[in-house]
Amino acid sequence: MSDDAAPRFSPGDRVQVRDDWPERRGPCHIRTPHYLRGRTGTVERVLGAFPNPEDLAFARPAPRRVLYHVLFDQPPLWREGEPGDQVLVEIFEHWLEPAAAPAKEAA
Amino acid sequence: MSPPPRPDSIAGLERLIAALKAKGIVTEEELAARQAQTDKASPETGARMVARAWVDPAYRALLLRDGTAAAEAMGVSMAGAPPLGVLEDTPTRHHVIVCTLCSCYPRAVLGYPPPWYKSFAYRARVVREPRAVLAEWGTVLPPGVEVRVVDSTADYRWMVLPLRPAGTEGWSEGRLAALVTRDVLVGVALPQPPVAAAAE
Repeated sequence: MSDDAAPRFSPGDRVQVRDDWPERRGPCHIRTPHYLRGRTGTVERVLGAFPNPEDLAFARPAPRRVLYHVLFDQPPLWREGEPGDQVLVEIFEHWLEPAAAPAKEAA
Repeated sequence: MSPPPRPDSIAGLERLIAALKAKGIVTEEELAARQAQTDKASPETGARMVARAWVDPAYRALLLRDGTAAAEAMGVSMAGAPPLGVLEDTPTRHHVIVCTLCSCYPRAVLGYPPPWYKSFAYRARVVREPRAVLAEWGTVLPPGVEVRVVDSTADYRWMVLPLRPAGTEGWSEGRLAALVTRDVLVGVALPQPPVAAAAE
């Protein structure tokens, strides 16, 4: 555990999920759901560091990556649903970028 | 559900076990212990954890801080299991668990997931229209309760700590645990107090 890098993000930070589609470039194993690519959420908690599943799936050496619980407002994700409802998802740090602080996604 | 194993797959499994034993990777005892652990895991374990959290504030704090340690405190072996996280319902927030990518489920404390948990319909719909899915279970949340859908996508496994129903004051842990079903622990249902208790 001691060799893990310090988490880049803290609870409350606004983050954007990378709008990246590695599945279009070749075989891969990704734990970031399609429906969150490019979406903006808020870090809820740091969950620790785990071997990168994208490497584990292909039996490659798997460096540990910090995993976060990230909270998204549910209605803007799907353009439906009840305001106030949310989706809470585990996302690895290399899928996250800093996002503008107060920006609320338009419903 | 799944078809019975074929003779050639059983033979393949036996060769694999023999090779692992020959290399000293597993022993017969370890396999038997894991088999027993897998067979023992059932929603009753999660229900006992919830009931204890309802009556014991220190255990509740442990459960929410470190679900794995809380499971071990109830005698569950979590060796080799993914870490367990427990999310607390409040009077204004309800959690429901899904794995949209596959079927991640806290097997160590709930046993095998039910078929509906693994179905495309549940996985696709509950992130998109959680209230409609809950309504199909007969679960209608009181006004002012927000839904938090928990998409279990990576290394943790998640379980819900529901609100203790009104009318259960003074109940024993065993009686409380009987209110906590598998569906309650996944968050598609709410614990129902017996009609007599609700009417009081």
